[in-house]
Amino acid sequence: MKALIDPMDLSAQQVEEILDLADRIIADPKAYAHKCDGKKLATLFYEPSTRTRLSFESAMLELGGSVIGFASADSSSASKGESVADTIRVIGCYADIAAIRHPKEGAALVAAQNASIPVINAGDGGHQHPTQTLTDLLTIRSLKGRLHSLTLGLCGDLTFGRTVHSLIRAMMRYENIRFVLISPRELKIPDYIREEMVAKQIPFQEAERLEDVIGDLDILYMTRVQRERFFNEEDYIRLRDSYILDMPKMEMAKPDMIVLHPLPRVNEISVEVDKDPRACYFKQVLYGKYVRMALMLKMLEVEGC
Amino acid sequence: MLNIDSLERGLVIDHIEAGKSMEIYKFLNLDKLDCSVAIIKNARSKKTGKKDIIKIEDTLDIDLDVLGFVDPNITVNVIDGGRIVEKKHLTMPKQVVNVVRCKNPRCITSIEQELPQVFNLVEGAGGDHPVYRCAYCEQEYSPKK
Repeated sequence: MKALIDPMDLSAQQVEEILDLADRIIADPKAYAHKCDGKKLATLFYEPSTRTRLSFESAMLELGGSVIGFASADSSSASKGESVADTIRVIGCYADIAAIRHPKEGAALVAAQNASIPVINAGDGGHQHPTQTLTDLLTIRSLKGRLHSLTLGLCGDLTFGRTVHSLIRAMMRYENIRFVLISPRELKIPDYIREEMVAKQIPFQEAERLEDVIGDLDILYMTRVQRERFFNEEDYIRLRDSYILDMPKMEMAKPDMIVLHPLPRVNEISVEVDKDPRACYFKQVLYGKYVRMALMLKMLEVEGC
Repeated sequence: MLNIDSLERGLVIDHIEAGKSMEIYKFLNLDKLDCSVAIIKNARSKKTGKKDIIKIEDTLDIDLDVLGFVDPNITVNVIDGGRIVEKKHLTMPKQVVNVVRCKNPRCITSIEQELPQVFNLVEGAGGDHPVYRCAYCEQEYSPKK
């Protein structure tokens, strides 16, 4: 695999292989502690993203490799006007694999087209973020024991949330999946995703109030509703509380439902929910590191992985 | 009825949607040609009521992919010796390069101007209005809209 730009670049089988490897790493991390000895990861972060960058870096360090890179465009040659294509050509002389995050959509593809080393898209603007999708899949499979026969609720900003779109597309591949899409009218799922679900005969339900549907869910995937997305203040005030997960809403949920969130959280999940064993968003971060370890081992074609 | 001299040799781009001929003129860079070019707007059409037609004298080489991208219903008649020697029917090309620019301000091509502007045809999307998407950011470009 030379590059991972879009989560759908991976076949269902490739996803399974990555998740299986992640499971083996979780079971015996010591066995993988030197798999990347002498290898270097370059983290090319043209915009700050502490969690994603540190997840990639800690993943490589735990595999015995080392890390080079930059954490913002200001500290890179981009500030001198260097193109993404030139930067990746140069980085290819120093590192064995690169993870790139860029505010512009398609930047990771440009990097991959010009790279001599494997390139991972670590987020290109509002476009794709494949390692978040892999993180979500590993978390769901680990905590629910399966990727099929699940009712998945996605709540919040479903119009602009790229993680939501990628997760829906990735989960559509599995049997007996039902989606419950919870959002204000202004932030509904884009038509092309809805058309895709209709074409593939995937059952889904749209709802405006989390309280009305939370009891049906096996998984609740929360995202942030941003004030600036609303056309008027009245609607925002009317709807905002419906998209804040608190203990009274959790009481309506199944005892084995899990709550996920791509983070950062602002106020859409009350801190009181953190103590509930069903709140799994911090575990999700840990699964993110393991799945990135597995992905890099696969992309570097490390023997025995 | 307006009369334009018939061609001895050249191309007749027919069945252009009424009012779209100038768009085609620009896409094909016909302003760069030295030969005669006639643009006929709102000609009578049995099928659609009105249509545009472009006649190009002495040139047989135009980018059919560009025409297929703009409107695959257009037909191109090749004229030689004063008669039609070939009728070309267009298909939508799978990819067009440097024909249209991506208008998404968040696309990498908005800041890296030297990148080729690539649009790919998305199979099965858009129904009657096939959709092209930017190869970088997947922004939709629908020529018929």
